[in-house]
Amino acid sequence: MIRTAWLVTRKDLRIEMRSRVLLWQVVPFGALALLLCGLALGPADAGHSRAAPGLFYLVTLFVALLMINRSQAVEQTVGTAESVATLGLDPAGVFLGKTMALTLELWASATLLLAGTVVVLHTSLIGTVHAVPSVLVTLGAMACAGTLYGALSAGNEGPATLLPILALPAFAPLLVAGERSFSAALHGGALWEWWVIDLVALAGYVAIGVLLYGVLEE
Amino acid sequence: MNKVTQRLLGPLTLLTLVATVILGLWVTPKATMHDGGGDLVRMLYVHPALAWVALYVSFGTTTIASALYLWKRTRSDTMDRVAYCAMEVSVLFIALTLITGSIWGRPTWGVWWAWDARLTSTAILLVLALGYLALRRANDDPQTRARRSAVYGILVALNVPIIHFAVTWWKSLHQNATVLTVSGKVSVHGSMLWTLLLSFIAFTLWYFWLLRARYRLEVRSDQAMQSHLAAAVVERQREGA
Repeated sequence: MIRTAWLVTRKDLRIEMRSRVLLWQVVPFGALALLLCGLALGPADAGHSRAAPGLFYLVTLFVALLMINRSQAVEQTVGTAESVATLGLDPAGVFLGKTMALTLELWASATLLLAGTVVVLHTSLIGTVHAVPSVLVTLGAMACAGTLYGALSAGNEGPATLLPILALPAFAPLLVAGERSFSAALHGGALWEWWVIDLVALAGYVAIGVLLYGVLEE
Repeated sequence: MNKVTQRLLGPLTLLTLVATVILGLWVTPKATMHDGGGDLVRMLYVHPALAWVALYVSFGTTTIASALYLWKRTRSDTMDRVAYCAMEVSVLFIALTLITGSIWGRPTWGVWWAWDARLTSTAILLVLALGYLALRRANDDPQTRARRSAVYGILVALNVPIIHFAVTWWKSLHQNATVLTVSGKVSVHGSMLWTLLLSFIAFTLWYFWLLRARYRLEVRSDQAMQSHLAAAVVERQREGA
């Protein structure tokens, strides 16, 4: 399982390195969305906004949706499903591999977006650094859930429109927990309680993914 | 469900619903001035029962049917249909729960909608249930549709404990549980308690009546689809000959 996961992670990351979709399309979209959030708040509020953690996660959510669609589109190319079936790859390993690749991609995007919140929304640098562990766990849970929901919507009629309907409500608790822990890191408060909620969600999604991903690939 | 139960379900549902209405509107007392609310307290015989069916009975049915579908020994079209029909009825009950909660909330809290943990999580559950229906419509192949729906049905059920414990975990405007409490202590008494319990039975029976009706419709719909398909194949064969 671990070997398969490692293979799939490398495969997905290699595709990403070659296509550079993340670098040239997804990250610029995230930066643009962050700027638009600042514009929507107005110049007075954007500078000292308490909404910065929420806006960061909202933008990350949109970025995640693009990346989940992209991650699943790779699996839908002609012959991929047949190749996976012929090679007899462990579905749990495939799930973990895709989740790991998506997690790394989300972490890379989030690093740039966090820098963006410091610059554009004026969040404190130390507070933002304190929020990093919770951001990493939240995005890990989001990647896990996203891989599952992406597989559910892939290959259907209009997967790009189906994915948000399926995934966004499920992401909502993660968004709330992530936003609260980021706010706590910036302004003080119960940082770890929210962090633990994300950790539990991550463990739950990993367990469900390992158990049920094979059913989706049948 | 045997034939006697099937025949009794409709009349029993009607009887318990009528009894709930009579007891709820005319027999049980108004809330006292001290408690506040007056006649508004009669929502107690509608809203909690709707929520009980929406969150526990209906989602429980979908989750169990989905799990049984995923387990190869019990995999059948029946399980898939039950899960689907239960989720469709769930949408109705969740929507009614939110509407009756909103009617209660306006005079009590002064707003139709509050960003409360339980309200918000229930609204999210409604969207998740609608997502289930969208997922089914997006798949043409019956086997793929059934498998994906079953996985999604189980994923959606993860939200039910969050909603149940939302009033405990977060500071909430919504009152705490009055019947399904962790300690087992019930904070409703006398005729109000009996009417409340009767409403739970009435709405649960109504749910099963609706589920049965929807299931039969689904079976007939599948049969009609099969016969249309068979007729189309015969017609095509004739054209070829």
